[in-house]
Amino acid sequence: MSSRPAPQIGFSFEYLMWIFTRISGLVMYLLAFVGLVMAFWMGAHQQVDIGALARWTFFPNPNHVTNTNIPDVTLGWSNAWWQVMEMLIFLFAVTHGMNGVRVIYEDYIGNTWGRALGRGIIFLLWIFLLIVGIYVILAS
Amino acid sequence: MALKRNVGLKGIKYRGGGPMLAWALHRISGLAIVLFVGLHVISSFFMQQLGSDIATALNTVYESIYFQFIVIFIVLFHALNGLRVIILDLWPQLIKFQREATWLQWLIFIPTYGMTVTIMILNQLQGG
Repeated sequence: MSSRPAPQIGFSFEYLMWIFTRISGLVMYLLAFVGLVMAFWMGAHQQVDIGALARWTFFPNPNHVTNTNIPDVTLGWSNAWWQVMEMLIFLFAVTHGMNGVRVIYEDYIGNTWGRALGRGIIFLLWIFLLIVGIYVILAS
Repeated sequence: MALKRNVGLKGIKYRGGGPMLAWALHRISGLAIVLFVGLHVISSFFMQQLGSDIATALNTVYESIYFQFIVIFIVLFHALNGLRVIILDLWPQLIKFQREATWLQWLIFIPTYGMTVTIMILNQLQGG
């Protein structure tokens, strides 16, 4: 088995998702970097252990740093800025991941009926996870 | 009648080497992240909204140091390998160095991961 070839450049679903996977990967690097730098700026070096810092870098949710030495997470670590950051990361990550599942699925399922079923299930799962995740972000 | 061809383990072994291992690990780690993040989002919803015991127990497992070793390995590998793929896709003339690029990727991965895990173990020993 070899890796799949890059799709032809053009306005096709395969090409758009191919380029989206690359761009969203770079965007997630940027968002993680902003989260990490701002955590140090807010005093993570003294207050947060490396495990919690890794969790915060992956996803800047205040619940990820509650069991640390931060005196009050509502000061800086929990506000609308981080909610927007979380929603951006979540949107890119879930779309990137669900498209990845689709690519792997379609490498093994060749017939059109199976592909249509798989795409339907993955699309519903994508919408479901986005709704649940954004609800959790807005409520935390 | 014996077969004249050699159909031992040599026959089924695909000699893709490092880049092929990276490709397989990229798929496995990607699926693992989807599974982990999906379950974590759903269990966080049930923990936050309903205070469910099962969801709280699941999130306690996710927060434990042993689980974090695995998650950091998977996410760091997927991120670094993804960066290598993006760089090789943006500059296709570099594809002839992909074996070297895979070695370079492990050369970055091993110290980063090793240092993180070492600090986490030392902190755990101090705290516990």
